[in-house]
Amino acid sequence: MNIELPSGDLQVVNIGLESFAEDLRSQGVAVVQLDWRPPAGGNARIAALLAALEDDDDEQ
Amino acid sequence: MTMNSDGPFARPTKAQNMSISIKRANQEAIRRIEEGNAMWVDLRLAREVVPGMDEHTVFHAGPPVAWRNMCGPMRGAIIGASMFEGWARTPDEAIAIAESGKLKFDSSHHHRAIGPMSGIITPSMQVNVVRNERFGIDTCSTLYMGTGKVLRHGAYDETVMAKLRWMNHELAPLLRLALHDAGGIDLMAIAAQALQMGDELHNRNKASNPLLITKLAPHLVKVGERDKVIEALRFIDNAGHFILNMVMAGCKGILDAASGIPGSTIVTTIARNGYQTGIRVSGTGDQWFTAPAPVIKGVFFPGFGPEDANPDMGDSAITETMGLGSLAMAGAPAVVQYVGGTPEFAVETTMNMYEITVAEHKTLKMPTLNFRGTPLGIDIRKVLETGVTPVINTGISCKRAGVGQIGAGLTAVPIECFEKAIEAFAATRGVSVD
Repeated sequence: MNIELPSGDLQVVNIGLESFAEDLRSQGVAVVQLDWRPPAGGNARIAALLAALEDDDDEQ
Repeated sequence: MTMNSDGPFARPTKAQNMSISIKRANQEAIRRIEEGNAMWVDLRLAREVVPGMDEHTVFHAGPPVAWRNMCGPMRGAIIGASMFEGWARTPDEAIAIAESGKLKFDSSHHHRAIGPMSGIITPSMQVNVVRNERFGIDTCSTLYMGTGKVLRHGAYDETVMAKLRWMNHELAPLLRLALHDAGGIDLMAIAAQALQMGDELHNRNKASNPLLITKLAPHLVKVGERDKVIEALRFIDNAGHFILNMVMAGCKGILDAASGIPGSTIVTTIARNGYQTGIRVSGTGDQWFTAPAPVIKGVFFPGFGPEDANPDMGDSAITETMGLGSLAMAGAPAVVQYVGGTPEFAVETTMNMYEITVAEHKTLKMPTLNFRGTPLGIDIRKVLETGVTPVINTGISCKRAGVGQIGAGLTAVPIECFEKAIEAFAATRGVSVD
């Protein structure tokens, strides 16, 4: 399978690890950085507890 | 008005917790916090007003800790307090009494009391009495002694003991007369004003302390002898943060009224004893969730460095719990000269704290953020979701007993406290992921 690489100017949004954005910036590529981390730092047990203790959407 | 018979510390039952929406419980916690007030109404001997304060009783900062685990500065403050009380004539005698088991230790937080750094309170000490009138809660705090070589940081030489005696026998009785003449002083009104003037009410009190003096001075002049009044005013001015201990008692009284709400995930206490940092959460009542006390990144006084520093200690993080201190740093950029960092960092810190809180205070506002309310109501769920933990700015004690304060800096509450808290909170609602 052939994958076509983008040929025009890159428009990049980097989600998470900021060093990826810094690498691109160092090559002159404009990057919008979005801070994101996995919920509970990736701790599955805490993430499951948080999911079970969420606010209900219809609450005032 | 008095609290119901269960008091604010009652641990909600599982049935209560399971039946109530977390969002509504947290809204109730915020309502109580915003309706609370803090009137400095009295100074009294601890044995007269602190519940459970008997002879040979020592209340301390942070979660409960045994003598064998107490850090150097906390031991130093107990040595000084034991000599002040007449329980011991020398430091060696004081250590022997503590090791003998004759002294009864407990967390001040269990007894409607609070104090910065080691926070040591013994029966003969004069304490501030601060009243949350709306909820009928009186909270006591130690008297602020100044910076450097002071009892709360573990110093106990004769200069410290002489100052402690003067504060107890001369300053406190004079302040009491003035305070009664004033009919009390509204601390939250001062806090709201001081926030507009660049304070964060923990480590920056450049406005709040003079505002307190302004309120006190006419009454001091009315009730006291000229030279004694001048001496008192000079002391309060030079101490710089004299108002901090009253503000701490005020914050505790307000937050205690929001404790014990079934289903609430709001943090009602952050406190450290130099051995452990602990938090308490409204929905789990008086239960502590602890982790080893972290080190502090700070600015040190000449001659001292990180190798001399004790881990994080003191009850003053009750200001952060209330949305002041580090949470309000954006409104007090100059505090970074004392605790480290840059004005940009101060703004960034407050913005991060909005990520872990559920409300913005209606009356405590920061002009630097277009009069946005201070971040209010730390939610353990938001802390765990984001991995952002509450930042604390604080004084740094020397880890060796007898030295005192050696700097100031910044630290954060360990995530482990929140991990333990969410497990216990989930259990109250019958939630399990096993």
